[in-house]
Amino acid sequence: MTNNYIIEAENLTKKFGHFTAVDSISFSVKPGEIFGFLGANGAGKTTAMRMLCGLSIPSSGKATVAGFDVFKQTEQIKKNIGYMSQKFSLYDDLTVTENINFYGGIYGLSKSKLKEKTEYLIDLLKISDARNKLLVSLPLGWKQKLAFSVAIIHEPKIVFLDEPTGGVDPITRRQFWDMIYEASHNGVTVFVTTHYMDEAEYCNRVSMMVDGRIASLDTPDNLKKEYNADNMHEVFVKIARGK
Amino acid sequence: MNSVIIENISKSYGDVLAVDDVSLTIEKGEIFGFIGPDGAGKTSLFRMLTTLLIPDKGNATVEGFDIVKDYKKIRSAVGYMPGRFSLYQDLTVEENLHFFAAVFGTTIQENYNLIKDIYVMLEPFKNRKAGKLSGGMKQKLALCCALIHKPKILFLDEPTTGVDPVSRNEFWDMLGNLRKEGITIVVSTPYMDEANKCDRIALMQKGKIMETDYLKNIISRFPRKLFAVKSDGMFVLLNELREYQFANSVFSFGDSLHYSDSRENVTKDNILEYLNTKNHGNISIEEIEPNIEDCFMDLMSK
Repeated sequence: MTNNYIIEAENLTKKFGHFTAVDSISFSVKPGEIFGFLGANGAGKTTAMRMLCGLSIPSSGKATVAGFDVFKQTEQIKKNIGYMSQKFSLYDDLTVTENINFYGGIYGLSKSKLKEKTEYLIDLLKISDARNKLLVSLPLGWKQKLAFSVAIIHEPKIVFLDEPTGGVDPITRRQFWDMIYEASHNGVTVFVTTHYMDEAEYCNRVSMMVDGRIASLDTPDNLKKEYNADNMHEVFVKIARGK
Repeated sequence: MNSVIIENISKSYGDVLAVDDVSLTIEKGEIFGFIGPDGAGKTSLFRMLTTLLIPDKGNATVEGFDIVKDYKKIRSAVGYMPGRFSLYQDLTVEENLHFFAAVFGTTIQENYNLIKDIYVMLEPFKNRKAGKLSGGMKQKLALCCALIHKPKILFLDEPTTGVDPVSRNEFWDMLGNLRKEGITIVVSTPYMDEANKCDRIALMQKGKIMETDYLKNIISRFPRKLFAVKSDGMFVLLNELREYQFANSVFSFGDSLHYSDSRENVTKDNILEYLNTKNHGNISIEEIEPNIEDCFMDLMSK
């Protein structure tokens, strides 16, 4: 495998007993790319993502993430990736700065670095008035943006976002994507799952999983052409139903 | 005929006003959708209408019964599917159904015709524990359990959240069939595109109802002309349109931008003229009809 890709997977497979959740998937992701990882419920997205995050050892195949092996170097993977989901977020009963310090501390940032990062984020997100407020009192949109910033506080090369915009209002959802673009512009690779098909259009490339396999992988424009569809929603429906 | 009448209902938790002076009516036999993001107050409102929570202020009736005084009557008249899966995980599919039927003093056989279409999809798994079902199957079982006593009205709190677009469509098809049986269906959802599956909708944000009407009426009240704009450089285009002195709003919508203009008589040539002063290839500008998200965002920024 070469180092030109931040994720490289070859015939990656995960079986639970007789059930093959992920069935020999192969794909690669370029640095700085926004890579959409779509599929119906139960298609194997979560299992595949857990393997790539070093949380689950594959049954067979091979893969590297940020240059580390998903079989042998799971601890290095965890240190070198960011992760955010709608369900796993920040602590509601800690303040803004406490949350930043807690996560920065977990990722082993030095005291001076942590201080610098805290000021940088508070300035970036324009939340200096709220810095000592408990998270629970902040609007959902602010929390989401802070959660994303905290997920990349240790400056990882890649961040995994698992349905980051679920249940968020349409304006906040779009502001969140502005942040994703910004991160990608700064060279961070973004690996994202979503059930909003308009968001699939914002990805550089999109993969669609069906029954444990990657059924399609291309740019949104090429997928629309290939499936003769007006938008990604139609593409999704056609692929998930087997054309 | 009204199935639900809500008059000036409010509910606070400490300092947080979760439901703020909500009034509306839901007609018998319609599919009524509460549409809004997390924290809009949808669940609190549903819990009050299903008698699980007492309002601080205001009144409401469901099927003619008062939600405070007649709570027992309401409980046998409504089917409620909460947002979190709340069936017994260590009972099988069949045991769960029997249990809910028994609690409501009925049997599966008595109302089988109502759940038949949904239950046949579950039947291959009838001896499986509910906790071991896939997300889509859990959802179908929960719906069967909510229907087993033949309720007059169904309250479904975010039944499609986290569900993929294909399974969401199937779920809405099931609701369409139940509607034909005359059951009033009240649904909440954070997915705005599901508005077109409802008869009438209420757009909810921060405890308040911003609009209640048929989708097409809400769309017809969108106050400005709206354009879909594309070019080779979408990210640059977004910023340049935002800087345009006549811009009212600019939002990403899939592969295009939705642009609304503050001038009443704006044409697409006006916008093209401006963009031609910038460096864009393959500009396309189309006047379009707003969709539900355009309307929601416009109402939010008022």
